[in-house]
Amino acid sequence: MDFVNAIILLLNYIFIPALTYGSQLALGAIFVTLIYGILRFANFATGDMMSFGTMATILFTWYFQSLGVSLGVLPTALLAIPFGIIFMILYMLLIDKFVFKYYRHQKSPPVQFAMVSIGVMFVTQAVVRIIIGPADRRFFDGEKFIIKAREFKEMTGLNEGLALKSTQVITIFVTIVLVSLLFWFLNRTKTGKSMKAYSDNEDLALLSGIDPKKIVLVTWVIAGILATIGGALYGLDKSFKPFTYFNNMLPIFAAAIVGGIGNPFGAFLGGYVIAFSEILLTYAYKKFFMYILPESMEPNSLVQLLSTDYKFAVSFSILVIVLIYRPSGIFKGKVL
Amino acid sequence: MVGIFQSWNIALSIFNLCLISAVMTMGANIQWGYAGLINFGIMGYTALGGLAAVLISVDPVQEAWRAGGFDIIMSLWLIVVMVLVIRFVLKRFEKSKIRTYSIAAIIISGILLIRFSAEPGIEAIEAVDPAKTGFLGGFGLPIIFSWIVGALFAGGLAFIVGKVALGLRADYLAIATLLISEIVIAIIKHEDWLTRGVKNVIGLKRPAPYEVDLQTTDWFISLVEKFNSGKLSVIENLADRQAALNQLVIEGSSVFVKLCYSGLFLVVVIILLILTQKALYSPWGRMMRAIRDNEEAANAMGKNVVKQHLLIFILGSAIVGIAGAMLVTQDGLFTPGSYRPMRYTFLIWVMVIVGGSGNNFGAILGGFVVWFLWIEAAPISLFLINFFTTGIPETNSLKAHLIESVPYFRFLLMGLGLLFIMRYRPKGILPEKIEIK
Repeated sequence: MDFVNAIILLLNYIFIPALTYGSQLALGAIFVTLIYGILRFANFATGDMMSFGTMATILFTWYFQSLGVSLGVLPTALLAIPFGIIFMILYMLLIDKFVFKYYRHQKSPPVQFAMVSIGVMFVTQAVVRIIIGPADRRFFDGEKFIIKAREFKEMTGLNEGLALKSTQVITIFVTIVLVSLLFWFLNRTKTGKSMKAYSDNEDLALLSGIDPKKIVLVTWVIAGILATIGGALYGLDKSFKPFTYFNNMLPIFAAAIVGGIGNPFGAFLGGYVIAFSEILLTYAYKKFFMYILPESMEPNSLVQLLSTDYKFAVSFSILVIVLIYRPSGIFKGKVL
Repeated sequence: MVGIFQSWNIALSIFNLCLISAVMTMGANIQWGYAGLINFGIMGYTALGGLAAVLISVDPVQEAWRAGGFDIIMSLWLIVVMVLVIRFVLKRFEKSKIRTYSIAAIIISGILLIRFSAEPGIEAIEAVDPAKTGFLGGFGLPIIFSWIVGALFAGGLAFIVGKVALGLRADYLAIATLLISEIVIAIIKHEDWLTRGVKNVIGLKRPAPYEVDLQTTDWFISLVEKFNSGKLSVIENLADRQAALNQLVIEGSSVFVKLCYSGLFLVVVIILLILTQKALYSPWGRMMRAIRDNEEAANAMGKNVVKQHLLIFILGSAIVGIAGAMLVTQDGLFTPGSYRPMRYTFLIWVMVIVGGSGNNFGAILGGFVVWFLWIEAAPISLFLINFFTTGIPETNSLKAHLIESVPYFRFLLMGLGLLFIMRYRPKGILPEKIEIK
């Protein structure tokens, strides 16, 4: 029985949160990797673009709530996400037209693109803060739990409860659907294949009659969808605060690089690698050992490898190890 | 200008921060403008400089040393031993899987050992009067020394970072340095025994006199009297005159203290400017430009690119470390929670790009212009909002919302400024000038 308790404990505090967090990171990482593979620069405005998309979603959620529209047990935000996506895509296209297009035509080096994206980061951050303010906001409504910890305990008679939040299920479900659609699009449709070709060898792709304008447009559209959904899911699960979104850029970049930058599937897995290692290394295992070890061997300390304050250190160490031993990431980068 | 519109006091504090920003910008400019190395870790080096100011100037906390000093010193020794063992293994054995795994094992067991040996010490130190101290304190030396020590700290970190990360591609290097600076901040925030963490260290010693002391010093009062003799002689009543003089002395004392800081900072800026200008036009500077513009060709000419990159990375970071120590000296307090990447990394980069990378005068100009705009953006945008919405009543929700979010217009201004400069003057306001002799 103790063994089952221990398993439930790990499921509740490590596996499910990590899976959720990993899905959110994975969406962001695919966004980074797509921009890197096709537009060829590291986008430092990633976190802030996600917060812009989330902001649009929140505004629409408030609007729907004021109209009295709701999805019952599901959060209203799900209804608002498509509208948020439209706004996000429009904003991205606007930025691309006025900022990035010029440098693309100049064939500027990637470093210059990165600098420009910092300018975009400043502007986006200002826009988000001016419109919605820097405060912490929750926009979740509907049924909070699918399984409550207490109900689970009563149902199974175990000591440990398993709580399953509806946002966690929604996050994982939406991520799976979205990512499968994305891979279907990239591997099976003509546009997707031409995107891969463009990422692989630009000149050759242009020679064979691929329209670069269309490729760039489609890339931004996909990026807008990923950024908004990733950001909104993170906001639903935790809360929306522009500064947190800016900070999330670091694990997202780490995930993209670990998976091999330019490779969407690698970025997808990279998100889970980063999330699981962050949570596994910063979790206090005291209770877990109390269940599986005999009473005489119970640990006194928290049995925590790293305090939670060093989350960044985990992503960075993984990044360094991967870069030293496999410079192109776990999966080879730049194949899209 | 601000001196006339607002007050000399504010003008001088902006000027001092402009000088500090100029030093930071020069550090970043050396790395980016001379050598083309991208360093997004400026925040980390600034914070290390600030840490140096604390460690140098604060008086040692004897009780804490007695309580846990031994454990901490033992752990430091353990770290040294660990590094030496790893070096030994690296030198003695051929590269192989076993070596890699054994190094990993040494690092992991070393970290565990250090954690176990340091934990009681850390707890004991943090328990010593936590409301006031709860940390080891420093060496009780004059704070000016910390400017050099800050440079050493930052240079030391840059050495480690450079060894690990400098081989990376430009955009990877940017991300890696950004992550490292976040880790440095995390360590400073949470290792309370060293830095008091988010409890902040306040009341650091000053290299300049205190306002309260000045206000009772005779020569200072007579100095203020002399400066304002015209204004004072207008007042007939003796009592009123004394009151006016007192008011002037209080104002004058804070201006005087700020002037002292400005003098000290100016000396640093001028020394650094002379050194960097000399370096830029020396054979070494020429070599750095050659490496920046064509790494492979420079390598083929027999220049050691890796070594030079490391050197310039350390030098630039050390200058940023000086600036960090200067900043804490000026404020007289160390608040780890206030280190944010927008303010300490990306803003400095805006300064470098706007001022003109590769040009030291450009860096200083960028530091001044950008910092001035950063501070004055809120008043300017408030004025503009009021100007454009004069017809709209105060109660209008849109206007109220705009006025409420005035502080964030500075981000907008910085972003737009950066984008416009990158587009229409990609070399900055003062572009790099190379004299061919």
